[in-house]
Amino acid sequence: MLYFLLQKEFRQIFRNRTILAVVLVMPLIQLIVLPLAADYEVKNINLCIVDNDRSPEAQRLTQQLTASGYFRLTGYTASYPEALALLEADRADVVLTLPQDFERGLMRDGGQTLSLAVNAINGVKAGLGAAYITTILQTYNNAVRVQWVQPDRFPATPVLKVAPVYWYNPFLNYRVFMVPGVLAVLVTMIGGFLSALNIVQEKEVGTIEQINVSPVRKHYFILGKLLPFWVLGNVVFTLGLLVARVVYGIVPMGSMPLLYGFVTLYLLAILGLGLLISTYCETQQQAMLITFFFMMVFILLGGLFTPLDSMPAWARAVAYCSPVTHLIAVMRMIILKGSTLHDVLPAAGIVAAMALVLNTWAIVHYRKTS
Amino acid sequence: MEQPIIQADKLTKRFGDFVATDAITFDVARGEIFGFLGANGAGKTTAMRMLCGLSTPSSGRAHVAGFDVATHPEDVKQNIGYMSQKFSLYENLTVAENITFFGGIYGLRNPVLRDKREQLLARLELEHAADKRVGSLPLGWKQKLAFSVAILHDPKIVFLDEPTGGVDPFTRRQFWNLLYSAAGQGITVFVTTHYMDEAEYCHRVSIMVDGRMAALDTPRRLKETYGAASMDDVFYTLARGAQRGE
Amino acid sequence: MSFIPWRAVRNGVNNTNTVTDMQQLALFIRKEFIHVLRDRRTLLILFGMPVMQILIFGFALSNEVKNARLVVVDHGRDLATAALIARLDASRYFEVEQVALSPPALEATFRRGEVKVAVVFPARFYEQWQHGRDVAVQVIADASDPNTATTLTQYVSAIVYDHATEQREAQALPYGLRVETRMLYNPQLEGAPNYVPGVMALVLMLVCVMMTAVSIVREKETGTLEVLLVSPFRPVLVIVAKAVPYLILSLVNVGTILVLSTTVLHVPVQGNVLLLLAESILFITTCLALGIFISVQTSSQQVAMLISLMGMLLPTILFSGFMFPIENMPVPLQVIAHAVPAKWYYIIVKAIMIKGLGIAAVWKETLVLAGMTAGWLFISVKRFNIRLA
Repeated sequence: MLYFLLQKEFRQIFRNRTILAVVLVMPLIQLIVLPLAADYEVKNINLCIVDNDRSPEAQRLTQQLTASGYFRLTGYTASYPEALALLEADRADVVLTLPQDFERGLMRDGGQTLSLAVNAINGVKAGLGAAYITTILQTYNNAVRVQWVQPDRFPATPVLKVAPVYWYNPFLNYRVFMVPGVLAVLVTMIGGFLSALNIVQEKEVGTIEQINVSPVRKHYFILGKLLPFWVLGNVVFTLGLLVARVVYGIVPMGSMPLLYGFVTLYLLAILGLGLLISTYCETQQQAMLITFFFMMVFILLGGLFTPLDSMPAWARAVAYCSPVTHLIAVMRMIILKGSTLHDVLPAAGIVAAMALVLNTWAIVHYRKTS
Repeated sequence: MEQPIIQADKLTKRFGDFVATDAITFDVARGEIFGFLGANGAGKTTAMRMLCGLSTPSSGRAHVAGFDVATHPEDVKQNIGYMSQKFSLYENLTVAENITFFGGIYGLRNPVLRDKREQLLARLELEHAADKRVGSLPLGWKQKLAFSVAILHDPKIVFLDEPTGGVDPFTRRQFWNLLYSAAGQGITVFVTTHYMDEAEYCHRVSIMVDGRMAALDTPRRLKETYGAASMDDVFYTLARGAQRGE
Repeated sequence: MSFIPWRAVRNGVNNTNTVTDMQQLALFIRKEFIHVLRDRRTLLILFGMPVMQILIFGFALSNEVKNARLVVVDHGRDLATAALIARLDASRYFEVEQVALSPPALEATFRRGEVKVAVVFPARFYEQWQHGRDVAVQVIADASDPNTATTLTQYVSAIVYDHATEQREAQALPYGLRVETRMLYNPQLEGAPNYVPGVMALVLMLVCVMMTAVSIVREKETGTLEVLLVSPFRPVLVIVAKAVPYLILSLVNVGTILVLSTTVLHVPVQGNVLLLLAESILFITTCLALGIFISVQTSSQQVAMLISLMGMLLPTILFSGFMFPIENMPVPLQVIAHAVPAKWYYIIVKAIMIKGLGIAAVWKETLVLAGMTAGWLFISVKRFNIRLA
């Protein structure tokens, strides 16, 4: 019985060119465009310097700031209002003002205060930009001291250094971080949307009546819907892994069977969600919108773009109830860190429980008899 | 005497306050072609869905092929075929693939399934179209195919809900030839229709008005009772009193 | 079908009844409204979407790290390390946990994802420091998430350097350079001022493009569009009537977002509200034109949905600049970003709403958007008429 259901579903999938095209092209586009576009790394900060001093020291400082690689000098003016206009027009992110007696003040009066104005609409960028400037000024300041201070007057101060070590991604490559996450989203979108639309489509066309009046048992029917998309999800995942390897050179550190095992388990959960939605909807438009709503919440809260740790408790609670969160986390763990079965066991347990609940719910709620 | 193949006893379906089917009682004998008539909204489809196990009765009982539709709907389904108002084969599967699928879910296996498929295609003269998508066939062919698929597994009864909507009289005649040959093989045919000429082809006809069964007899006797020249007139006389419309 | 008899019929209607075009249009719009308002589930999602997005973007999404678990492996165990650890613990960024972990055990906690940053103090830390030798604090960060890794190391460095500076200040060094920083527009460095304009662009895009396209295509599928087109009613007005409910729905959504933003997120409109609304109507019109264009090109709901989703929504999220900085993208993607209407709308909303600027600051962006709108409207209407001929 199941054999015939599966044969039919597979034939229908392969016959629907739109679905096939989406399944094959989406991984490529998403994996190539998203990691390129979704680069959060703060660099290329537009810097405008208001130089009221025009002294050699002022130029040396400017030189050091632009040489750091974080900043792009987009303005060098003598008036603050002019700089502010640049800031308003989004042509400058930070404005550093050097006072008129910058050099003299620094040398004669033993201290100087600079003012820094930051466009803080993007809080993260603003915070890091200000931090970079402060660090560079500190270095500059140290150099000035070394140059001017008579060594005998002050004892040499020992330097306290911070030596960062970046594990798993020593070059802080942002793409390495994004690719496993995008892979997770991909598997989710394919599995969720296709399964949500499928039963509804049979409802709209009316073929579901013909199944309902036959002696097919409903768990077989649901299983017949589940398995083809489950296979498809694995195919898309494999494709995605290949793209990740060819385009980005990302090879999973952990064990492949473990990776596939988890994805397989996860697909059961997300397909269950799709099927559940489709048993509640009458039209494809409704199913599409509801699925879109869930996907949006799940993906935004799933830790793809921003870390779970910085979310408030309620958002983290929602995130833990979403299978997507666990997949994104586990994908990164296995692919980037080489985590083992033991490490991902808690997540696997949660996802397995979700799969069980969602599918049971879908089977119970799908009624052959009204 | 042989048990009736369908027995309905005060079969009722309510949707809230609305009584769609109101305590209908009737029997259908094996091999009979039973016409089920009524205006739109008279409760035909609801009654048929209950007999097929698609809808649970609110009260009353019905036995189909010896099984209670309320308590054993899945056993009922094993013994019936069904062809709904909406055309319901898969349009993006081929003719042969649809036959294989529906045969398969009713438990037919090769080589029986293969033989049945060949016979069916030959009977409908569709051998040349076996690998065509069902969606590309003309409506008349689709309906003949849908009926043949519905009786592929040799059910005891086949339920047809307005099977001939929208096709020309010639194709309708061909379709009814298929029904007669099925009845000849002992399959009971339970059919709803709007076409009164089709009602004349039935062995017995029931007419539903406002959820109740207003008349039940052979076409000839119905015409005598109501002093009408045709089934059209019989239907008109009965349906005129209806409260419910579309 | 010839044109003249059709005209005659239409005139006939106008002569016998005194129904004007405007009244007909009003009737039509009413019918469309009934359609939209009747599907409760869809409506709930359409109105729930902006609320949900504001909540998520406003409260849940931020790169800021608070109370991150910080593991300290202290080989020094002296005065200096104790003081530094206390300082790290006192900051709102970290919750310090002191452990004596062997390197493999430390690695295991990283692999399980339990901890993202660790600080390792070398042995004889204070002693070295006292003897005027340079010492280094090792910070280990889980760089599988490079953002969080750099943010965390930045925080640790800042705290360590602060501590060192304070120690030195006792010695009163000359030539001190201080920075006074002012954070403009968003002194608390909240995420919301950046996201609210983005959410507006996203929601308008979703409602206008996807819903308009799908609702017109649905009428095509069911054949009711034909019926409307043979009625004595100008075809363009049929489309206008379809678009008006979504325009109003979108304005309601804009209102909801602005109210939520002011009351819940404390991000009020700094500039002129009327100007903001006018710009929003301009953008809504762009989106409606796009929706109509899609609906003319496609004939199935599923395809219309896919195109709206992949072709419109994804680029809006990626290229409007509110989630990902455009200046970081490769040049071809930056070029694509210029063609995305949401990008221009996002700049406009940011300028008016957050910076409080007037039309003088955004006239260029407004012109670009207006040009795009005119272009799409022209193409859509033209296509629509071709389909009819």
